[in-house]
Amino acid sequence: MSLLEVDDLHVSFSTPDGVLRAVRGISFAVDPGETLGIVGESGSGKSVSTQTIVGLTQGARISGTARFEGKDLLTMSESELRTVRGAEIAMIFQDPLSSLHPHYRVGWQIVEMIRAHEAVSKKEARKRAVELLGLVGIPSPSQRVDDFPHQFSGGMRQRAMIAMALALNPKLLIADEPTTALDVTVQAQIMALIKRLQKEFGTAVIMITHDLGIIADIADRVMVMYAGKPMEYTDKRTLYHQPHHPYTEGLIGSLPQQGGRGSPLKSIPGLPPSLLRVPKGCPFHPRCVYAMDRCAGEEPPMRQVSGGLDHRSACWLPPEAVGTTTDIVVTRQELARQGRSSAQEESA
Amino acid sequence: MTEEARTGRTQRDTLLQLVDVVKHFPVPSDRLFGGKREHVHAVDGVSLDVRRGETIGLVGESGCGKSTLARCITRLHDVTSGTVSFDGRNISDLSVSQLKPYRRKMQMVFQDPYGSLNPRRRVGSIIGDPFAIHGMGKGADRKTKVQELMELVGLNPEHYNRFPAEFSGGQRQRIGLARALALRPELVVCDEPVSALDVSIQAQIINLLADLQGKLGLTYIFIAHDLSVVRHVSDRIAVMYLGRIVEVADTEELFARPRHPYTKALLSAVPTPDPDLVNERDQIILSGDVPSPIRPPSGCRFHPRCPRAQSRCTTEDPVLNVKDGDVSDHAAACHFPVADGEPLVMSQKEAL
Amino acid sequence: MTVTPPDQIESTGLSSTLPAAVEAIEGRGPWLLAWARLRRDKVAVGSSVVILGIILLALFAPWVAHLVGHGPNTQFRTTGLSPDGIPVGPGSTFLFGTDDLGRDVFIRVIYGARISLLAGAVSAGLAVAVGVIIGLAAGYFGGAVDGVLSRFMDVVLSLPYLVFAIALVSLLGPSLAISVAVIAFFSWASVGRIVRGQVLSIKEKEFVEAARSLGASHLRIMFIDILPNVLAPTIVYATMLIPLSIVFEATLSFLGIGVLPPTATWGNMLSESIAYYKVAWWFVAFPGLALLITTMAFNLLGDCVRDAFDPRGNRLFVATEE
Ligand SMILES: Nc1ncnc2c1ncn2[C@@H]1O[C@H](COP(=O)(O)OP(=O)(O)O)[C@@H](O)[C@H]1O
Ligand SMILES: Nc1ncnc2c1ncn2[C@@H]1O[C@H](COP(=O)(O)OP(=O)(O)O)[C@@H](O)[C@H]1O
Ligand code: SF4
Ligand SMILES: [Mg+2]
Ligand SMILES: [Mg+2]
Repeated sequence: MSLLEVDDLHVSFSTPDGVLRAVRGISFAVDPGETLGIVGESGSGKSVSTQTIVGLTQGARISGTARFEGKDLLTMSESELRTVRGAEIAMIFQDPLSSLHPHYRVGWQIVEMIRAHEAVSKKEARKRAVELLGLVGIPSPSQRVDDFPHQFSGGMRQRAMIAMALALNPKLLIADEPTTALDVTVQAQIMALIKRLQKEFGTAVIMITHDLGIIADIADRVMVMYAGKPMEYTDKRTLYHQPHHPYTEGLIGSLPQQGGRGSPLKSIPGLPPSLLRVPKGCPFHPRCVYAMDRCAGEEPPMRQVSGGLDHRSACWLPPEAVGTTTDIVVTRQELARQGRSSAQEESA
Repeated sequence: MTEEARTGRTQRDTLLQLVDVVKHFPVPSDRLFGGKREHVHAVDGVSLDVRRGETIGLVGESGCGKSTLARCITRLHDVTSGTVSFDGRNISDLSVSQLKPYRRKMQMVFQDPYGSLNPRRRVGSIIGDPFAIHGMGKGADRKTKVQELMELVGLNPEHYNRFPAEFSGGQRQRIGLARALALRPELVVCDEPVSALDVSIQAQIINLLADLQGKLGLTYIFIAHDLSVVRHVSDRIAVMYLGRIVEVADTEELFARPRHPYTKALLSAVPTPDPDLVNERDQIILSGDVPSPIRPPSGCRFHPRCPRAQSRCTTEDPVLNVKDGDVSDHAAACHFPVADGEPLVMSQKEAL
Repeated sequence: MTVTPPDQIESTGLSSTLPAAVEAIEGRGPWLLAWARLRRDKVAVGSSVVILGIILLALFAPWVAHLVGHGPNTQFRTTGLSPDGIPVGPGSTFLFGTDDLGRDVFIRVIYGARISLLAGAVSAGLAVAVGVIIGLAAGYFGGAVDGVLSRFMDVVLSLPYLVFAIALVSLLGPSLAISVAVIAFFSWASVGRIVRGQVLSIKEKEFVEAARSLGASHLRIMFIDILPNVLAPTIVYATMLIPLSIVFEATLSFLGIGVLPPTATWGNMLSESIAYYKVAWWFVAFPGLALLITTMAFNLLGDCVRDAFDPRGNRLFVATEE
């Protein structure tokens, strides 16, 4: 059984400009000890979907299910949820300052966090806090435990957040862009730390990021999101070498590592849509180089395609059209052209 | 070694020359107890030649002084000491009015797509600012020029009367670029122009920058903390650490033969998107954080984090020079540079 | 090196030749958005209507007086006072009743509105103008300029204004102009402080650096780049300053150091009515009510203006790629 199973999750907010549909039907599963990567551009609904799962979105209309060890988190009472959050599911965020209280000492916050969930003495909890800070690589933890968050550097704050997240040995860690605000050398430290701890404690991880480099580093399976929907779901190797969805192909093509120096990058034209006015049909079709007539009218469902074992994609291109090599791209263009002309014939 | 021999070029194709540029900021402190005033050593002795028509990348972790250096070049800051020469003319001590013609030749593109455009002004008047400030073109003439610029950077000229808030991050960077290009500058200093953008939009802007360089013959100083971006756009790269340049070389040379331990560690820390390569590379994880620029470490500033550091490093400041066997364009500031293919950590014997 | 002389900038020559200036799509700017929000706000519309009504009454006071046939200072000793000299209450002849001298309170209240609104608007306007310029200079230049100007503002803010006003009036004699000057003098410093604070944060923005890197002059940066960004909080504060100034003026008149009787002002009327509040409630009630309604309307409007500029639900702007 999966640790977490999310099925057909929808989240929308009502705003002065109308209903903002931030998440429009995502489903995924995380097994114990596994790492799921969620990748997508900003505003694609990555944070909203995971925050909804742990009951942190306010004022939203939510539907679907999110079963954690069989129990639906979305219908749980707030008090039940509070015992799950922190103890069973921990979260770390891009900005550690937003979750560390500026007026309390770091150690005190970890102690409180432990004591909120477990009946241990203050002394015991403090000992654990020092151990944890040492574990996440804070130098001289027995002194730094009494520091305030602002006395820590950005990397150390993120380490402290990880210490806090791991304090209760959770089964699932949700990491929402934990290294986006950090420099590469510190990012490398933090990623190594997360991987080490995951190995040690067998924690499952949901890693949210916009960086395919991080996905390649840590994820087992990956979900690509666009405009509040999953576009593609597969393992990281298949995603990189044999993507099916044109959006995934565009993301990979946009990376500066691709192609020679100075040659133009294969960027995706246009802009992501407004979530207030998502285009009909495939949400990506206005920017898609392969768009066929069908794409503008009918929304493609997530369906099995032929890249890897469990490889699903929400695109009308034929299931066997996977890959980024020139041959494949040409074939895809050919298929797309057929898609366009066949529809023209039909309408004629 | 003479300046000429070191850079391997003659003065003629040097557009911008920095000689020992220093910028210190006083630390605001209560001097109640008469303590000595402390300074942030934001830029601490940078010498660099920028050649006409090239793109030079400037990389380093946040706080290492990249933006400060950019602002010293464009004279948004006055340098504490050292000289900035543009086209052979020292501009670091020019008065505001003497500087004005040079302002047209050097422009800056800023990092923050939200902060760099005045939210209360229309896009047309923002892009028209350079013309207004330098008293060029009036009315319909100016409007046509602004709309040409908008088209040049890939904006819809019909959006002339819109406000910045009505544009996305990538479009705003295009607006900032149009403003920078209005006066046909020779040098454009891009301070992390794509750092705030999503990859697909980032790629659009990188392509646009390359395109414009070809069309307009621009020289770029391209600042970024993302090495893969810098590698893609730059002809040469200078690596900064705590206010100093620690290594400078042609892009391919730097990636193939990094000499400075910091460069080597930085290169190895860049995430690769190819899952098959992730486990092949030997990643060097530096310990600790960048020290405070208020009291930078003695000797080599990198020594507290350097896996190769010896006692010499703690006392003697290494000069930026060409190491044995390197091309004359490749300089590094390290007492114990990394040899080709050598692992970062030296064996004990070598060190002695 | 050569510099292209002005007026000879070559066209970029790279674009796919635009025929002429292309028609521009009108943008929805921050001002327009604030205005649209304000128009949708019922409280804002209500208080604006009240303020407009008071302004109209004040403007047309002579005309109303003519229509009713009662001048502001005409004493109706027979019709306006009871045989034993007591003011008459509200009725069909005297809408708001009469005062101790048999004058029409309604007419005097709308004449008083002229003074109150004039004093309020002019002194608030003066205070804002001075405060914006001083605050802008202090915040923008910083350093010694800021030191001097800020200390000056501190001094003004800590002066005991009534003592100061009484001293000034005893020196120059009471008049409307002196009142306005005194009110403005005691109000600009708070505007200056607000503006200075805003400028301090805005001048660090990259768009200001962009203007500097283009070679813009200090004046241009202050007035074209920074000022529009401090205008919103200034407008909000100005809306709140008007009622404060109106009350300030009423206080001065009430104490006899503002506009002198027999000119009708709300302050004068209140001060005259004190002795009569037991026998003629209308004499004290109507000028008091006028003062209350006016200040309340302005304060409510000020709140709405602030909300309009700084809405809770931040809008999501989306550019559409046509
Ligand atoms: N509380 C909220 N009210 C209204 N809209 C929201 C709220 N939270 C998030 N959104 C919107 O939902 C969309 C998805 O946001 P998010 O999940 O944060 O994106 P990501 O994490 O992928 O960058 C965005 O357009 C965002 O503006
Ligand atoms: N105006 C300033 N006043 C004081 N300190 C500054 C100022 N600008 C930058 N600094 C400091 O100088 C150092 C270098 O900053 P910066 O040039 O912005 O680095 P980078 O752009 O490489 O991230 C930092 O420690 C920063 O805090
Ligand atoms: S000089 Fe020494 S400390 Fe500095 S980088 Fe080289 S080896 Fe390391
Ligand atoms: Mg997010
Ligand atoms: Mg910077």
